[in-house]
Amino acid sequence: MNNNINVAIIGGGPAGLAAACTLYEQGICDVHIFEREHVLGGVLFQCIHNGFGIHHFKEELTGPEYAERYIQKVNKTDTFVHTDTAVIDLYRENEALTLVLLGSKEGLQVFTARAVILAMGCRERNRGNINIPGSRPAGIMTAGFAQRMVNLEGYLPGKEIIILGSGDIGLIMARRLSLEGVNVQGVVEIQPFPGGLTRNIVQCLNDFHIPLYLSHTISNIFGKQRIDSVEITAIDNQLEPDTKNRFTLPCDTLLLSVGLVPENELSVKAGVILDEATRGPVVDANCMTTVPGIFACGNVLHVHDIVDYVSEEAARAARTAAQFVNKSLTDKDGIRMLAGNLVRYMLPTKVYTGKPTIVSLRPITPVEDIVLYAKRNGEIVYKKKYQKILPSSMIQFELPALSGIEPVEVFFAGEET
Amino acid sequence: MKHFDVIIIGAGVTGAAIARQLSRYSIKTAIIEKETDVSFGTSKANSGIIHAGFHSPPGMLKTELCIKGNRSFDILKEELGFSFERRGELVVAFNDEELQILKNLYAQGIKNRVHYLELIGTARLREMEPNLSEDIIGALYAPTAGIVEPYEYCFSLIENARQNGVAMFVNEKVAVIAKQLFGNFVIETDSGLKVSARFIVNAAGLHADEIASLAGITSFAITPRKGEEYLLDRRVGNLVTRIIFPVPTKDSKGMLVIPTVEGTVMVGPTAENINEKDNFSTTREGLRCVFENAKKMIPGIRLHDVITSFSGLRPVATGDDFIIGTTSVQGFINAAGIQSPGLTASPAIAQHVEDILVKEGLSLKVKSSWNPKRTPFIKLRHSIATRDYAGYIKNTAGNPGYNKLVCRCENITEAEVTEAVSRGHTTLDGIKFATRAGMGRCQGSFCTYRVLKLLEQQTGIPIEKITKKGGGSEIIKFPMGKGAPHE
Amino acid sequence: MTDTIICTVCPLGCSLIVEHKNKTIQSISGNRCKRGIAYGEQEILDPKRVVTTTVKIDGGIIPMLSVKTSAPVERGKMTEIVRSASQMRLHAPVEIGTVIEKNICSSGADLIATRNVAKISDSAC
Ligand SMILES: Cc1cc2nc3c(=O)[nH]c(=O)nc-3n(C[C@H](O)[C@H](O)[C@H](O)COP(=O)(O)OP(=O)(O)OC[C@H]3O[C@@H](n4cnc5c(N)ncnc54)[C@H](O)[C@@H]3O)c2cc1C
Ligand SMILES: Cc1cc2nc3c(=O)[nH]c(=O)nc-3n(C[C@H](O)[C@H](O)[C@H](O)COP(=O)(O)OP(=O)(O)OC[C@H]3O[C@@H](n4cnc5c(N)ncnc54)[C@H](O)[C@@H]3O)c2cc1C
Ligand code: SF4
Repeated sequence: MNNNINVAIIGGGPAGLAAACTLYEQGICDVHIFEREHVLGGVLFQCIHNGFGIHHFKEELTGPEYAERYIQKVNKTDTFVHTDTAVIDLYRENEALTLVLLGSKEGLQVFTARAVILAMGCRERNRGNINIPGSRPAGIMTAGFAQRMVNLEGYLPGKEIIILGSGDIGLIMARRLSLEGVNVQGVVEIQPFPGGLTRNIVQCLNDFHIPLYLSHTISNIFGKQRIDSVEITAIDNQLEPDTKNRFTLPCDTLLLSVGLVPENELSVKAGVILDEATRGPVVDANCMTTVPGIFACGNVLHVHDIVDYVSEEAARAARTAAQFVNKSLTDKDGIRMLAGNLVRYMLPTKVYTGKPTIVSLRPITPVEDIVLYAKRNGEIVYKKKYQKILPSSMIQFELPALSGIEPVEVFFAGEET
Repeated sequence: MKHFDVIIIGAGVTGAAIARQLSRYSIKTAIIEKETDVSFGTSKANSGIIHAGFHSPPGMLKTELCIKGNRSFDILKEELGFSFERRGELVVAFNDEELQILKNLYAQGIKNRVHYLELIGTARLREMEPNLSEDIIGALYAPTAGIVEPYEYCFSLIENARQNGVAMFVNEKVAVIAKQLFGNFVIETDSGLKVSARFIVNAAGLHADEIASLAGITSFAITPRKGEEYLLDRRVGNLVTRIIFPVPTKDSKGMLVIPTVEGTVMVGPTAENINEKDNFSTTREGLRCVFENAKKMIPGIRLHDVITSFSGLRPVATGDDFIIGTTSVQGFINAAGIQSPGLTASPAIAQHVEDILVKEGLSLKVKSSWNPKRTPFIKLRHSIATRDYAGYIKNTAGNPGYNKLVCRCENITEAEVTEAVSRGHTTLDGIKFATRAGMGRCQGSFCTYRVLKLLEQQTGIPIEKITKKGGGSEIIKFPMGKGAPHE
Repeated sequence: MTDTIICTVCPLGCSLIVEHKNKTIQSISGNRCKRGIAYGEQEILDPKRVVTTTVKIDGGIIPMLSVKTSAPVERGKMTEIVRSASQMRLHAPVEIGTVIEKNICSSGADLIATRNVAKISDSAC
């Protein structure tokens, strides 16, 4: 077998699948997807709830249905699909991008590719990352692990559950477990506002009368072998615990839904520079990382709440990757993009002259009646009014084509008069 | 009832080193452990440092055995194939007063016969450890200090001991010790197991006082001294090359910054005398304290790099030294109060106990069949680190389990897990300590299910019965359709 | 009676104050647009949800098949439907879209498969 391939896509979730479809449409051949799981689809097969595809397919699908549509599409292309194959190393050797694969059938193999698309998704933050004091019993797990156990393997983690973090996965699991007869005691959130979508607050918590403790955190964990209770403490405005305001709740399981982190061990091995705020690669308007020929899209780039945007971003990355292998990607001298007031993160960090660009960002905190501006030399190049912005909802807009090299600042502010 | 020449109570590093030491002789030896796996006590929750030996004064047993123990590690590594690196330790001083303490430590070290000790100035220090604080004005350097993964060391001792015929009982808590008329001991466990022995070696760590009192010996008590430790992500693994100590206090060697052989960094431990022998909690204060101290020495250390934390209890005996020797009950030998540097001293403790047994009349003859070598695991992560892929393909040919990834953060394969099960590890923590599956930055959210499934396939224990660390610590409560709340 | 509910039609999430009596709406306020009125009426008078759950499946590449109701069903029927699905047992292969049970729990909607589950031997491994 020839181990010198054209394009390697690492990860067969929605990002990898959409990238493969676009590369095919662009006439690129010898494209390979490497997926370490037994099936394609990424995290979608465990997200059995609905709410996917409203934007892209204009209908409400479940996660598995969304995945199946893209898998069908990829099956109609000539993409080489390698499942049960993990990419364990990625590096540049004499200009060639080298991938080391561990496949359950083929064993260890070394490939080189002209371009690589990173689509590895993300992983969940865990107890250590947020430093909850207390004992170290069984029964503490991430919400995504529980979701996998329930929806794919058919096991219930416990009978009495507390969820830390009001991210969407935790909320979805609150409903899923309640419907299975598990007693969900409450969801504890350190911020004064929920981390997940409003719709999930209504349909996953309110429908089941599950209390949501905003501005609270878990300050201690009890139990020797299996967890038996947690201590919950109110948090004041400075995010300091208010020790007079605490209580304990019994439970046999604690689910952590405390955020996702892009999975970039491979990217770092390849020399890709990461962004402090997104924890994903720094990319330009072409979704190209700081290593020429390596592109990134989906949750490995930044954590998305809506899969439709993942697919779109992957299509954009694949289009420019196609230009790269065709040697028609000639952009030089980008325009720097600066994140300003109330912007937690923004990408890309660089756009190119004469081309409109999709910009993605998240605000730091919820605000009502505010305006998003993109400004350059004091001149407004883009402006949009928002009735409400939320950290849980990513914002995307199209920055018009610009010329020159002066940087653009993107920020939120009150209406200018 | 099975009879043994020697029964060792407790399978931490102390018991394990003694078991391996005795495994070379043609006597019958057994080791009894109350936990589901070995090394589940203090021996899995410590700093993993093979100390140089200048921290305690000459004349103490722990000083002598620390120095001797340290010198045994090169040959042990060679024979048993665990990871051990002589990285060296640096005690750093921030002011003249501390410099004076360093000088005293240096003098103490020289008296203890610690080799290659040096007092060094800032220029050399910066060159050795560029990430150290600018405020440090000098250091004591001990190049002979090293690091190990303590459980890996302990497991390898036990595996080799068992390979050479030592009998092993786990999940057996010693509850009664009686002495028969003709001098043998009868040991009974809480599950009803009865075994007899001519000699008992008490290596029960935190519970060594209770074991001694079962035999009627009440000459000492064990007080737990808790130490909290915090493990940082691999990403900051290159912050330090050597172990960095502050100047010591009366109760402890202070809070350190420790590189690990696995490329991560650990900070800790605290030192707090507590009352309960089963309080392994970590605290907000502990975390704050550890980080304040670590940051003072290495300003680049950040809280958000923590991936996990744990705490261990040092078994501190009355008198503050190791208690190793014969007792008022003939044939009952203590290896108790093995606080820090017990890990370092363990090979020397084992030799010391052997000498005592011989003096007490046990005759020891080396078996011709004795094999000091243990086969180490084939680790994918080592091939990745060196990019020696051709070697990996060659070494793993014929076993497809080496081509299946189980843990993505640490790159652990199915074959490694299978190997760990076959070496006696049947809990999630056992597999974790034996292979590192679940020890990386995602802390098992990806691989736990795979490990559970492999454990189910290989031990026949259904998933809902598999535990984290023994009875009552099941991971997943029930399969849907069996005992789920709906039914 | 007065109920405060959150509108989920768009990301603004207005707090709607709905006054109602004997299953008739008296007033709705707090909405920023007209869609909120329709949502408020529906939620108070006849709340509906799509139910998604799993069914055990033997001989497949995975032991659980994800399923959903083909249309939103009465909210009060959700638990009954999930319970009923947990009693079922299927055999692989199953194709996406297959009707597992017609008119499940007399909800008016069918329970349908939301993914393919191949037979274990079919998938080369
Ligand atoms: C629990 C949950 C609920 C969600 N709910 C919704 C919702 O209701 N509506 C909505 O629109 N969106 C939702 N999302 C968001 C959406 O599903 C994700 O944003 C999307 O799946 C991300 O796609 P991805 O391809 O980037 O990553 P993933 O789906 O995670 O796919 C990454 C793939 O890469 C593979 N991989 C990683 N590393 C390697 C390697 N080294 N070698 C080989 N393969 C590798 C992984 O196995 C995986 O299959 C949800 C997400 C989660 C986690
Ligand atoms: C935070 C911390 C950091 C440390 N750092 C270092 C270091 O860097 N370097 C160093 O050299 N030392 C260090 N130490 C000390 C070192 O860890 C100990 O000296 C050593 O692990 C003690 O080993 P042990 O076998 O005596 O005890 P343990 O490991 O506790 O083993 C005793 C065993 O006996 C078993 N047992 C108890 N009662 C019974 C019973 N009734 N029946 C059957 N079995 C029983 C227990 O379950 C346990 O497994 C540290 C200690 C701590 C707490
Ligand atoms: S009432 Fe209108 S504006 Fe308000 S949340 Fe509903 S749809 Fe959005």
